[in-house]
Amino acid sequence: MSSHSESIIREPLITGKDITYAQITNDVLRPVENMPGRAWWIGFVVACLGACLWLFAVSWTFWYGIGSWGLNKTVGWAWDITGFVWWVGIGHAGTLISAILLLFRQNWRNSINRSAEAMTIFAVICAASYIVCHMGRPWMFIYSLPLPNQYGSLWVNFNSPLIWDVFAISTYFSVSLVFWYTGLLPDLATIRDRAAGLRRRIYSVLSFGWTGSVKTWQRFETVCLILAGISTPLVLSVHTIVSMDFATSLEPGWHTTIFPPYFVAGAIFSGFAMVQTLLLVTRKVLGLENYITMFHIEAMNKIILLTGSIVGVAYITEFFIAYYSGGEYERYTFLNRFIGPYWWAGCMMYGCNVLMTQLMWFKKIRTNIPISWVLSIVVNIGMWFERFVIIVTSLHRDFVPSSWAMFYPTWVDVSIFIGSIGLFFTLFLLFIRVLPSIAMAEVKLILKSSSEQAKKKLMEHEQLNEEQVEYYKESLTKFDSIEAVG
Amino acid sequence: MSKTKYILGLFADPDEMMHGIDKLQQNSIPIYDVYTPMPIHGIDHKLGLKDSRLGYAAFMFGCLGGSTIFSMAYYMLVRDWPMDIGGKPSFAIPDFVPITFEWTVLFTAFGMVATFFYATHLFPGRAPRVMELRATDDRFVIAIDAKGNVPHEDITKILKDAGAVEVKHNDRKYVSYE
Repeated sequence: MSSHSESIIREPLITGKDITYAQITNDVLRPVENMPGRAWWIGFVVACLGACLWLFAVSWTFWYGIGSWGLNKTVGWAWDITGFVWWVGIGHAGTLISAILLLFRQNWRNSINRSAEAMTIFAVICAASYIVCHMGRPWMFIYSLPLPNQYGSLWVNFNSPLIWDVFAISTYFSVSLVFWYTGLLPDLATIRDRAAGLRRRIYSVLSFGWTGSVKTWQRFETVCLILAGISTPLVLSVHTIVSMDFATSLEPGWHTTIFPPYFVAGAIFSGFAMVQTLLLVTRKVLGLENYITMFHIEAMNKIILLTGSIVGVAYITEFFIAYYSGGEYERYTFLNRFIGPYWWAGCMMYGCNVLMTQLMWFKKIRTNIPISWVLSIVVNIGMWFERFVIIVTSLHRDFVPSSWAMFYPTWVDVSIFIGSIGLFFTLFLLFIRVLPSIAMAEVKLILKSSSEQAKKKLMEHEQLNEEQVEYYKESLTKFDSIEAVG
Repeated sequence: MSKTKYILGLFADPDEMMHGIDKLQQNSIPIYDVYTPMPIHGIDHKLGLKDSRLGYAAFMFGCLGGSTIFSMAYYMLVRDWPMDIGGKPSFAIPDFVPITFEWTVLFTAFGMVATFFYATHLFPGRAPRVMELRATDDRFVIAIDAKGNVPHEDITKILKDAGAVEVKHNDRKYVSYE
C-alpha cells in the first residue's frame, strides 16, 4: 500500500522538499511542544474576553429569565434558535470531512480532518448552550429525557420533532467526540513518547497506553471505517431533524417538504466556510502550509461553490412553490422577505449565499487566499441571515395582522451571540495549543504516494506521458508553498 | 548467556520493513510484534492475524440500541400512557423512526469503541508498554523475542540486510517503564 505510487496528474497533497516522517512530527507538534507565539496570545485574550461576555450574558439569562431577551408573543424564537441552527450547521463540515470523505477515500481529508472535527465538537457545544439557555430554567432539561418522574410517569412525546432533536444532537455530539478522540490516540502517544516529566504523565493518561502494534492498528482501522459509516447517515439525520423542527409546523415559510435536503446542504455550506475561515489563518500562524496546501483550499472552495449552488436552487424552488401553491399566506410570506420590513435581512441572505459564492467559479478567486478568507466570512454571515430570515421573518407577520410585530434584540441577545463566538475560538485556540491540529499518522500514510517529492521521484525514475507531466507542472504554479517549478 | 530479551529492527521506510518481515519469515524466525507510527496495510496478513471481528460487535450493539429505544417508546406511548392526539393511533411507527435510528448509531459507536478499548487493553492511565520510543514517530519497528531464537548475530544481519537503520538488543522488554 505504501509503495503504491499515484498518477502524476494528481496534485501533491504534501509539498516541501525534504519532508520525512520525522519532519511531519516536528512540524505538527511545534505549537504543542513550544510556547505559543504572540499571534496566539492576542487571539486567545480576545477570544477569552468573548467567552467571559458569554458567561456573563448566560448567567444574566438564567438569573432574570428569558424575558431579558427581545422575544415577544409573536416572535417567540429569534436569535437563540438562529444561533442554534447556525452553530449546528457549522459543525456539519467536520463530520463530512472525517466520515463522508473517508468513505469516498479522499486522501486530502487527512490533513484537515482533525481540526475540522474539533471544530464540530466546539460548534455543537455552542449550539447546545443556546437550547439550554432557551429553556430559561436549565434544570428542566431533565424533562426532555425519557426518564420516570413524579407525574405519572409523564413520558416525553416521541411524536415531537423537538424530542427527536434532543436525541439527534446528543447522539451527534457524543459520537463525534468518540470518533475524534479515538483518532487522537495514536497522535497523543507520539507526544507522550517525545515528552518528559509531567507532560509525559499527562499525555500518557490521555493516550490510553497506545503502542501502535499491528493488532491495535488493524482494529483501529476497522473502528474508524465503521464509525465513518454510521456517522455519515447520522450527520445527514441531524440537520434533517433540525429542519423538521420547522417543517412539521403549519407556519407559512416553515411548512415545506424541501427543508431537509435544503438544510443539510446549507449546513455543509456554512461548515466548510468556517473550516476555511479557521484553517487559512491556522496554516499561516502555525506554519503548516506544506500540509494544508492550495489544493486543499481550492477543494474546499469547490465544495462551498457546489453546496452554495444547491442552496441557491433550494431558494428558487421555495419561491416557485410558494407562487405555485396558490396559498395566500404562503405567497405573502415569501414576498414579505423582499418587500417587508426585514428586506435587508433577505438581501443579506440571498446576496451572501448565492451571489457571492458564484464568484468561486473563477479559478483566480478560488486560489486567492485573502479573497477566499473574506468570502468564507461572507458565507458565514449569509448563513446566519438565512436562519434569521427563516425564523424571524416568517414569524413576525402571522395570520392575524393585529399581532404583527418586529423583533429587537436586547444587549443580552447580542452578548450571547458574540460571546458564543468567543467561546468557540477559546476552545479552538486551546485545542491547537495542546493537541496536534493535524492527524500525523494519517498524513504519514500518504507521504510516500502523494507528496511533492514522491511525484518528483516518479518524474525522475519512471517513463511518464509527457503531456501529463506538463499538466502536473502547470498545476503546481498555483501553490503558494512551492517556490519555483524547475 | 546473553542478557538480551528482545531484538528490535528499526526501519526508516515501511517498504523496507515489509521486506524485513519477509526475510525473517524465510529464515523461520518468529516475529513477536511490529510497531509502526501509522497503519501499514498488509502486515496483519503477513503475520497471520485474523481479520478484526469488531464489525460483528458493532452490528450487535446497533441492534440492541434500536430495539431498546423502540421498545421504550412503545411502552411509554402505547402501553403506559397512550395519548389521544386528534384520534390518531398511539402506536405511530413512523414517528419512532428518528429516535430508533439515533440510538442504533449511538449504541453502535459506543459499544464498538468500548469493545475495541477492552480487547486492545486501552484505557486512561494504562502504563504504556512501549518497546521503542520512536515507533510512534518515524521508525517502523520489528520486535523479535530473543529467547530460544537462532544466534542473535544472524538476526541482526538479516535485519541489516533488509535495510534496518538500527538494530537494538534490549535487555528489558519495555523502555517506557521507569
